[in-house]
Amino acid sequence: MDLNYGPRYDAFRAEVRSFIQTHRHRAPRAGGPRDATAKAWQRLLIEQGYAARTIPREYGGAGHAPDLLESRILAEEFSQARVSPGLGGQGINMLVPTLLEMGTEAQKREFIAPTLNGDIVWCQGYSEPGAGSDLASLRTSAVLDGDHWVINGQKIWTSTAHLADWIFCLVRTEPDAPKHKGISFLLFRMDTPGIEIRPLVDMTMNANFNEVFFTDVRVPAHQIVGRRGEGWKVANVILRNERNSLADPNIAQARLNALTDLMRAETVDGVRLIDQPQYLDRLMRLQGRILAMQQHDLRLLSADLNHTTGVDLARLVVKMQGTELRHELELLGIDVMGERGLAYGGHPQLQDEGSWQVHYMYYLGLIIGGGTNQIQKNIISERGLGMPREPQLAGA
Amino acid sequence: MEFGLSAEQQLLRDTLDEFLKARCPLTRVRQFADGPQDRAQDLMDGLAELGVFGLITPADQGGTGLGLLDACVVAEALGHAVAPVPFIAQAVLVPLALLKAGTPEQQGQWLPELASGKRWVGAAVSELAGARGDAGVRMQGGRLSGVARYALDFAAEAWLVADQDHGLHLVRADAPGLTVRRLETIDRSRPTGELVLANVAAETLPGANASVCRMLLDAGRILLAADSLGAASNMLDQAVAYAGQRVQFGRAIGSFQAVKHLCAQAAADLEPARALLWGAAHAFDEQHDSAHGMACHLKAHVSEVATSVAKATTEVHGGMGFTDLVGLHYWFKRIGFNRPMLGSPERLRVEAARAAGLLG
Repeated sequence: MDLNYGPRYDAFRAEVRSFIQTHRHRAPRAGGPRDATAKAWQRLLIEQGYAARTIPREYGGAGHAPDLLESRILAEEFSQARVSPGLGGQGINMLVPTLLEMGTEAQKREFIAPTLNGDIVWCQGYSEPGAGSDLASLRTSAVLDGDHWVINGQKIWTSTAHLADWIFCLVRTEPDAPKHKGISFLLFRMDTPGIEIRPLVDMTMNANFNEVFFTDVRVPAHQIVGRRGEGWKVANVILRNERNSLADPNIAQARLNALTDLMRAETVDGVRLIDQPQYLDRLMRLQGRILAMQQHDLRLLSADLNHTTGVDLARLVVKMQGTELRHELELLGIDVMGERGLAYGGHPQLQDEGSWQVHYMYYLGLIIGGGTNQIQKNIISERGLGMPREPQLAGA
Repeated sequence: MEFGLSAEQQLLRDTLDEFLKARCPLTRVRQFADGPQDRAQDLMDGLAELGVFGLITPADQGGTGLGLLDACVVAEALGHAVAPVPFIAQAVLVPLALLKAGTPEQQGQWLPELASGKRWVGAAVSELAGARGDAGVRMQGGRLSGVARYALDFAAEAWLVADQDHGLHLVRADAPGLTVRRLETIDRSRPTGELVLANVAAETLPGANASVCRMLLDAGRILLAADSLGAASNMLDQAVAYAGQRVQFGRAIGSFQAVKHLCAQAAADLEPARALLWGAAHAFDEQHDSAHGMACHLKAHVSEVATSVAKATTEVHGGMGFTDLVGLHYWFKRIGFNRPMLGSPERLRVEAARAAGLLG
């Protein structure tokens, strides 16, 4: 057991900290992906090697060798300073690593640098009305007609489709193949004729998602990543990474600290909420669980660093535990405020910009999204514990 | 940076598992639970040969000078096997008290014999974590009076006794004025009992104070959590195995989601709990500022997790889980025993809140 990162990393941390101090006035406050300040900040971070750190230089990245502890330190320091760590989104987080692994040289050169710079914004076309948990049963079809794919079908839960320039999309190209072998991974422009976007308002009353309809959308045949029928394999290069990023225990700890402050400030009948044993007990239960997830996170980091085996099961539980934990934590934030906890939108006594209610509902979305927690339990028990699979129904 | 058990710690775990698998199957546990003996001397001697009772004792006192994390490896293995042997007091609490509060003479007199298993000691310190009813021991004129209940490693020749003012004393079984009474509990793998003291002469550890007592509690809590974690992990393994072979409606019940989700939840709760165990034991060994709070959170959290795992895995076994035939109840009760010892979850969370400066 050795929790020290060592002197080289301590020096790196100091360097990051001092950079943030010096340049933080140039960081964007908020704003969408097209914000000029956000794009300038991203360029500065790449130049400094703090964003796109391990992407090769020829594709517009900073070209550093992958180093888990450096990445960890960057994430920790930017988060602690509450300064933007640069652009994110599905293009940068999901498509770029996929292209690096599975893309052609031409695709890497065409897409990676503009994506990193924020000049191409992407959305992800995976889920469909009939293909949620069972994603591989997706039915949006692409049929080759000369040198174009012709796409027909519908996607759902497509975040940022209304903002995106391009989409990376799973489509069925081999209708006669087994379901996992008949899918291809296509890239195409969102302004291609035949695409219709309808916003999908979620329970927080924001339109974060969309439905996207494709009617005879024509896409050049070469805009495929991997070979025909390999789309499931291509998509799975990164699907794994998506789940655990939803459940950072250090963010949960920051949230719990904010909740503790709230419980110190909030009173009922003149008694602070922090002094009321029922509420304090709930807070402490959550604290114990966060501590466990933080230590769990260190165990997984250590396994990645030292190439330790035996953590496969441990890795599978993060998304489920982390999202359930946040959902409960945000509910306590609401509960300690009593009736005021219901405040939303334009309410004059809105606490913390309504974030307790928003996160409470948003995390219910995350409990469902990225593979529902029931699907996670199937995965944990079947892959993690080696329990028998559900028998396949005929025709499924 | 390295988070997890070292190669040596893994070897220790494998050695223990092998020993317990061979020498302490459920039949041996039953034999102890149903028999008249209050000691499983064969197992105690075997473990002494492996050196587990001298783990934290320095080499010049006959031990190996390792830390609490190493002791946790042992405690988890013992809980996994529901082994009917002393460990927490004999191997850690009493040696730790001697090391932190004893004189060099006391250390020389006790430590080597505890490490080798020549002498067996218990710890009657429950009241440090809260005295129930009339329990509690007072020191007056150099002698001890009162009641100390729920001693750990009860079947002993001497006990470490805590008084109400954070004093620590060693009381021998043959001391005049001492009445020792066995208290039957649900957990027959670990005898416990009470010491009734009436003006009993004791060997006082002169360096004892509140912070030494807190250290003892933290160490004990971490080891109890390790024991529960080992027991709960074993219950999950048994449930997964049972669900894989029990057939109903023409299929293994483990293929039903209702059953596998119980197991998945148990695994999802146990994995982070084990990381917390390692983290808390490491913080203790480093005497990090967070050590006390982590020990409280650990024991509270693991108690809750192990309790729910014990319930769920018993349910997976259906009616058989409820019987003595399968014997799952030995693990269920082991977890039940650990839950209130040295602090129930509710009280530990209050203590954790105090450690975090949250109590007004």
